[in-house]
Amino acid sequence: MNFQNPDKNGYYGDFGGAFIPEMLYPNVAELQEKYIQIIESEEFQDEFQDLLKNYVGRATPLYFAKNLSEKHQTQIYLKREDLNHTGAHKINNALGQALLAKKLGKHRIIAETGAGQHGVATATACALLGLECIVYMGEVDIQRQAPNVARMKMLGATVIPATSGSKTLKDAVNEALRDWINNPSTTHYIIGSVVGPHPFPDLVARFQSIISKEIKGQLNEKIGRENPDYVIACVGGGSNAAGTFYHFVNEENVKIIAAEAGGLGVDSGKSAATTFLGTLGILHGSQSLVMQTEDGQVIEPHSISAGLDYPGIGPMHANLFNQKRAEFFSINDDEALKSAFELTKIEGIIPALESAHALAVLDKKKFEKEDVVVICLSGRGDKDMETYLKHL
Amino acid sequence: MKKLNIYFTAGVPKLEDTGKIAKLIQESGADMMEIGIPYSDPVADGPVIQEAHSLALKNGMSIKKLFEQLAEIKDSVTIPKILMGYLNPVLQFGFDNFCQKCAEVGVSGLIIPDLPPIEFENKYGEILKKHNLNFTFLVTPETSEKRIKYLDSLSSGFLYAVSSSSTTGNDNAVLKNENYLDRLASLNLTNPVFIGFGIKNKSDFENVTEKAQGGIIGTAFVKILLENQDWESKAESFIQSVKN
Repeated sequence: MNFQNPDKNGYYGDFGGAFIPEMLYPNVAELQEKYIQIIESEEFQDEFQDLLKNYVGRATPLYFAKNLSEKHQTQIYLKREDLNHTGAHKINNALGQALLAKKLGKHRIIAETGAGQHGVATATACALLGLECIVYMGEVDIQRQAPNVARMKMLGATVIPATSGSKTLKDAVNEALRDWINNPSTTHYIIGSVVGPHPFPDLVARFQSIISKEIKGQLNEKIGRENPDYVIACVGGGSNAAGTFYHFVNEENVKIIAAEAGGLGVDSGKSAATTFLGTLGILHGSQSLVMQTEDGQVIEPHSISAGLDYPGIGPMHANLFNQKRAEFFSINDDEALKSAFELTKIEGIIPALESAHALAVLDKKKFEKEDVVVICLSGRGDKDMETYLKHL
Repeated sequence: MKKLNIYFTAGVPKLEDTGKIAKLIQESGADMMEIGIPYSDPVADGPVIQEAHSLALKNGMSIKKLFEQLAEIKDSVTIPKILMGYLNPVLQFGFDNFCQKCAEVGVSGLIIPDLPPIEFENKYGEILKKHNLNFTFLVTPETSEKRIKYLDSLSSGFLYAVSSSSTTGNDNAVLKNENYLDRLASLNLTNPVFIGFGIKNKSDFENVTEKAQGGIIGTAFVKILLENQDWESKAESFIQSVKN
């Protein structure tokens, strides 16, 4: 089975598709028809690769974390997506989609953001490429991610608070979809994760696949083999995970681990661990695993990390879970915090709270001393400083 | 005579008002009604209907409850009743089971805006047919002629022509888009065409139905239910003012 690409209708196994109202059909159909042709064209790739190298600062290092390795008695490499321009992996996708939007003749960009990383990345790409930028962000997230809100505004974006529901990421997606419905011809919606109607999950995964592509080359240089024993990434919607897993999912000898946000615990009613709590459903245009009531109403998720505070996961990940190709862990808020402080103390790296969930897998799973474990450090922790300070 | 179709969200302003509102719509002279099934994430709707969904859920509305209420008015409300909702709650109820219950309580058709035609053809069309239920697709000014014909061929009951590409209740809705209305009228469609989104009063209704067979009023009606203690008299006179 090919795990990384959907079929022609956008399905990964039982998950995916494009469940959209007719008002969005022209936009989505146009994307479906054109995205592969555009992004694989030489012209697009020349421009994109040049920006990734000279603007984003790729390739990001694959850092052998000696102290962390010693502590956990295994060989740990960190893929330093936190060292990208704007401080997270999100820029890979935002730049790619902003370029795509220009090729499609759109001059207005909308985006949703949870932790603000995708919003900042999109605002940055728009500033660079001269596109109007509107970012929807949950009212609660605006409060807990103030530095990123300030950055977006400085970059020229308009930040619009989503005031419905839990006032977090899910509601920001709803508002962005509404905007897109109301502005179909001028606007492209840069979805920040591997969620949404087909082709978004595939589009975002392709732009993020640079992560696993680089890991392969870098590992080969460092240890003489392309494949690690484990790759680990955190999953909210799942974009950094999709990028980290992309070139490994069809490699049987690579074990894949995804870390979800357990919040206060999967049984606490305050959680965002979708594979533990979710059932088959439709959210934001695709069929996947969704946290919902028996009546099909979406349950408000909770995580200390705004970027993981989402009641679904991307269809590619739902399929990896369903096929048992990936092992999923639920990491609670306090476990993520502990891992963040550990990395900061012994490696001098302050990770994003999202990434700290992936790091916390080190306490949950026993690795062999010779195992090569690659963890995606999806972003840096500056934006989470207020939360960290509260728990110091 | 142009047909007037009134939409309201089940479970507002109070949980038990569904039957009362359905009767009022019939008695005020509307020709049919759409009953909205509340959903936590109604992305195709604007703020007013979204608020109605949210209040209805807070009031305790569920699909099970709605079917109980519809069973009570099965014999007294005889104009066509259509259920409108999002796919996820229907799927959780079980699509076949849902359709069977619809048939039992006298629902004549469904509108599920986020159910795409390809899924309808692959899976759901057969089930609807088995239970003798109509299904209405939406078209917009951006829908190509080829696709309008295709969606018309899959629809039964009527075709829902959204007045502009927008969420419900959008003030910018283009209510007299001549090209669009002419195009729809010239296509010799199988189904009658009903125009919806943005119709607030009699003059809007008359405008859009010059070339179409009917009009749908949602947001303007729901607003009356949400904003007035004495919504019964206001809702009644609103419908009468549009229809007469």
